[in-house]
Amino acid sequence: MREELRALWERTLAELRNAGTEEELLEIRTRCLGRKGLLTGLLRNVGTVPPEERPEFGRECNEVKEDLSARIDELLAELAAAKREEVLLGERLDVTLPGRGVRHGRLHPVTQVKEEICRIFSGLGFSVVEGPEVELDYYNFEALNIPKDHPAREMQDTFYIEDDIVLRTHTSPVQVRIMEKVRPPVRVLSPGRVYRRDSDVSHTPMFHQIEGLLVDRGITFGDLKGVLTVFLKQVFGEDTALRFRPSFFPFTEPSAEVDIRCVMCGGRGCRVCGQSGWLEILGSGMVDPEVFRNVGYDAEEFTGFAFGLGLERIAMLKFGISDIRLFFDNEMRFLEQF
Amino acid sequence: MLISLEWLRDYVDVDVSPEELAERLTMAGLEVDSLTGIGPAVSGVRVARISSVKPHPDADNLSVCEVTTGEATYPVVCGAKNIRAGDIIPLAPAGATLPGGLVVRSTKIRGELSEGMLCSEAELGLGDDASGIMLLPSDLPPGKELADVLALNDTVLDIGVTPNRPDCLSVVGIAREWAAIAGKKVRYPSPAVRESGEDISGIAAVSIEDPDLCPRYTARIIKGVKIGPSPFWMRRRLERVGFRPINNIVDVTNFVMVETGQPLHAFDLRFLEEGRIVVRRAREGERFVSLDGKERTLRADTLMICDGVKPVAIGGVMGGLNSEVRSDTETILLESAYFNPSSIRRTSRALAMGTDASFRFERGIDPEGVIRALDRAAGLMAELSGGEVCANVIDQYPRKVEAACDIPLRVGRVRDILGTVVPEGEIVRILKSLEMAVRPDGGGEGAFKVTPPTFRVDIAREIDLIEEIARLYGYDQVPVTMPAVSVVAGIADKKRMVAERVREIMTGAGYGEVINYSFIAPQAVDQLGLGDTDERRRQVEIRNPLTEEQAVMRTTMIYSLLLNAKRNAAVGRFDLKIFETGRTFIRSEEGRLPLEHNRLACLVTGLRYEDRWHSRDLRADFYDLKGCVENILDTLRIPAPSFRSDVREAFLHPGKSCSVFCGDRQVGFLGEVHPDVLSRLDLTGTIVVCELDMDLLANNYSGKALFRNPPRFPSSSRDVAFLVRRETEAGELIRLAADFHEELLEKVQIFDVYEGQNLPVGMKSIGLRFSYRSSERTLTDEGVNEIHGRIVQKIVHSTGASIR
Repeated sequence: MREELRALWERTLAELRNAGTEEELLEIRTRCLGRKGLLTGLLRNVGTVPPEERPEFGRECNEVKEDLSARIDELLAELAAAKREEVLLGERLDVTLPGRGVRHGRLHPVTQVKEEICRIFSGLGFSVVEGPEVELDYYNFEALNIPKDHPAREMQDTFYIEDDIVLRTHTSPVQVRIMEKVRPPVRVLSPGRVYRRDSDVSHTPMFHQIEGLLVDRGITFGDLKGVLTVFLKQVFGEDTALRFRPSFFPFTEPSAEVDIRCVMCGGRGCRVCGQSGWLEILGSGMVDPEVFRNVGYDAEEFTGFAFGLGLERIAMLKFGISDIRLFFDNEMRFLEQF
Repeated sequence: MLISLEWLRDYVDVDVSPEELAERLTMAGLEVDSLTGIGPAVSGVRVARISSVKPHPDADNLSVCEVTTGEATYPVVCGAKNIRAGDIIPLAPAGATLPGGLVVRSTKIRGELSEGMLCSEAELGLGDDASGIMLLPSDLPPGKELADVLALNDTVLDIGVTPNRPDCLSVVGIAREWAAIAGKKVRYPSPAVRESGEDISGIAAVSIEDPDLCPRYTARIIKGVKIGPSPFWMRRRLERVGFRPINNIVDVTNFVMVETGQPLHAFDLRFLEEGRIVVRRAREGERFVSLDGKERTLRADTLMICDGVKPVAIGGVMGGLNSEVRSDTETILLESAYFNPSSIRRTSRALAMGTDASFRFERGIDPEGVIRALDRAAGLMAELSGGEVCANVIDQYPRKVEAACDIPLRVGRVRDILGTVVPEGEIVRILKSLEMAVRPDGGGEGAFKVTPPTFRVDIAREIDLIEEIARLYGYDQVPVTMPAVSVVAGIADKKRMVAERVREIMTGAGYGEVINYSFIAPQAVDQLGLGDTDERRRQVEIRNPLTEEQAVMRTTMIYSLLLNAKRNAAVGRFDLKIFETGRTFIRSEEGRLPLEHNRLACLVTGLRYEDRWHSRDLRADFYDLKGCVENILDTLRIPAPSFRSDVREAFLHPGKSCSVFCGDRQVGFLGEVHPDVLSRLDLTGTIVVCELDMDLLANNYSGKALFRNPPRFPSSSRDVAFLVRRETEAGELIRLAADFHEELLEKVQIFDVYEGQNLPVGMKSIGLRFSYRSSERTLTDEGVNEIHGRIVQKIVHSTGASIR
């Protein structure tokens, strides 16, 4: 009997190995393990087993039953899983089709540059303030130490509204307006549109500037160099070489033009930098005592520096744009590149 | 300003390469924009002497010359008539190259050997003169390369001189700067002049009637001049720096102006009636023909140089045709003056005449350099024209031009401004190198009194001196530091915050940002069909616009966006979602600044989404943009927003537009652009636009959120479909429900709007879902039904709706 049990077990294992469908497995289960199955038949014939071997035989029968039953359950579960998998695969999507929903719109490149610069300076504790775009001659020129009939006015070709009202030619008037309002310390940044009567590949009649102003006790030209160095390295990279060279702005003294190593040629000289290897990036300087006088600050007590830069120029260098007019054509095939 | 290096070397030693010179000038504040190498267009051409000239045996027009360079002798056949034995001339021997790459060869001309070519200025590419062989100064040694002896190799620097440095608008000025930078000495040109004969006082007189505009006027007389071309060296130098040679008198005035910075003018004394110069203001409307042949109408504040009877020059700007130097001029009255800078600037601007003279006068010349330049020019004129300088000068100097002197300078202040200690000795050295007089101030340690030279009109204050010290000490010597600043609260700006949020929302909705010019065409308001009383007709006009399309500041941004749509359509882009944040400008009364409003404008046209497989042909409409506007109002927590179709814009579709309100304040508009406007602008398709006043949004923006506990009890909802007239607005039904102030009515949503099949014509169905909830208990069906019934009843009653 024990041989028969063993033979049944082995035969059934072989059948299970060959069984490929749920039906076959169920049939094997019924045939071997069912109430009228082969294993039950063997147990019924337990009488032919010598009495001392019966407990052992009974145990073996149970083992075989449990083993086969577990194997069949497992195979059935496998089959079910495979079947579900097949059904799900039948629902497969073409994952290469584009997704739904709207594409995020792009900010204008000038706005992107503006926001980057504002972020850097707000990290340095600067607040953003704004001023009018149509401005009094006083704020745009006079208070900035640019009197009427002064040749410095020629540096900026001006649009006039009335004799004493102009489209601001720079963001610098905001300096004066803010200093009229608050006492030092002052740390402000003022981005915005400015207007000059000029139009060619490198000039548009409207463009954007950012003005910065820091006034406190004990501010030096070295500090100006420090802050602008930190700023330019954040915008153009840690390795950017820069130089400060003397220049002239009526509202700062000493004044400095800041150049960076040409981002196009690395300083070897190219068309973009006019073969000089350097790119003019911003104008800056220590606030002229005359400007302090105009806003009622004591120039002996407070010192400070101001700087201004053109956003389009920075954007042109960062993105490699050669014609400034593209910024205001507002063609999507340009704007969507940024 | 163009500066010839060869010319510069006359006044200062330059022992570095042109590149280094440029670099060091730039780093001292004289930005060199470009360096241009000048080389001769010829090679192998030498200085030679003509030993003999014989007629050609076989040709009447030619001669056969023997020409020597000292080392070799060449037979040359030549057609020119202006040569004699002994002349020093340029010889291009066989093998030399002439302009255009022409190589001179040995040849036989009518049987006579010719081993080279005698050259005219034109043939050498040095000038226009092709009338004869170029005659060189007789003291030039034969054999030398022509390029060397005529200094044909040169470098021209283009220097951007800032408006505060008129003293650098001359070769001597640049020489002074270089001397200070490099520790050299300036060799000033000699103003020595040999006077002879008659005293000027017997010939001419000068009177200044308006000393406020002309503080100083000086003159000399040069008699017996013979007008002709200037020598080659002078013409070459003038041409290098951009001047066209005229004759030996005018060229000297230009030459000395470029050399010293002092503009000069030469009159033909014949044409000065009574031999007098009268400096006075013009009479309003007076007419005058300037040297360029143009007739000018003068204003009463224009300073004129007149003779005894009539104007002869616009002072400091340009001479007159009536007194110019001509080919038969014999006596010159040479003017060297100091004019009031502002006055010259006003005049040159009013007449739109910017000249080399006015450029210098308006920036300020050296009031004490007037005579030096006068003498220098008189001397050169006599030398070059064979004339003689009459004895003495006329120097009318009724009003002394103030010059800064004894400016206090504190060494401690230098440190405070620069943030580094510049040694006292270094400070003194720098200032002295700039020709400043420095003396200790009795006041104490580290204090000086500094007097700048009179040509430094830009220096009057301590800070001006500090800049000079920093500039020459070297900005790169100042160590980089970070400011030690007070920590203070930032300035909060709600407007900016709102603009940032709005930009985030719009880009998130797929709109791309554009930036348009703030100025547009004045006709824009007509094209939009704005009414006569519309505030947006109060445009700010630009007096001097570049083009008519940019002549007024915009009062709405919609027009710009419509032009953007047009431009993009022109390049085949018909699907557009764009927005702009910017300002509009409304004119105030005269003398006051206009009202500036920060606005958001949006435009959508074409497909709602990019044309893709899952959303073919869905076209954007009113509700796409309305969704964005709602998003903005919601995100900014604008209280009591509403969309009202009863307040309309003329340029929007009357049936598909509305105004946006915050309470009873209008904050913007939204809608399809009126088909008439589209056709006026040549646009097609459906275009939806909106404009919101971001300043008003910022005023209403609170930024505060108030927490409420999430509801603990379930809600119960009822759906009702109301059949209403087509023009009935769903908003009205909702408002009626809200007017009930039933606290258990949590919200009303529109779940369906339908018109068409199965409904009577002119009617539509609006499906509303009413949700009821109590914060204290679970509502019973009966309770809800009772309230709901009353609400629906009221809606039906008020609107005449029926329930479907």
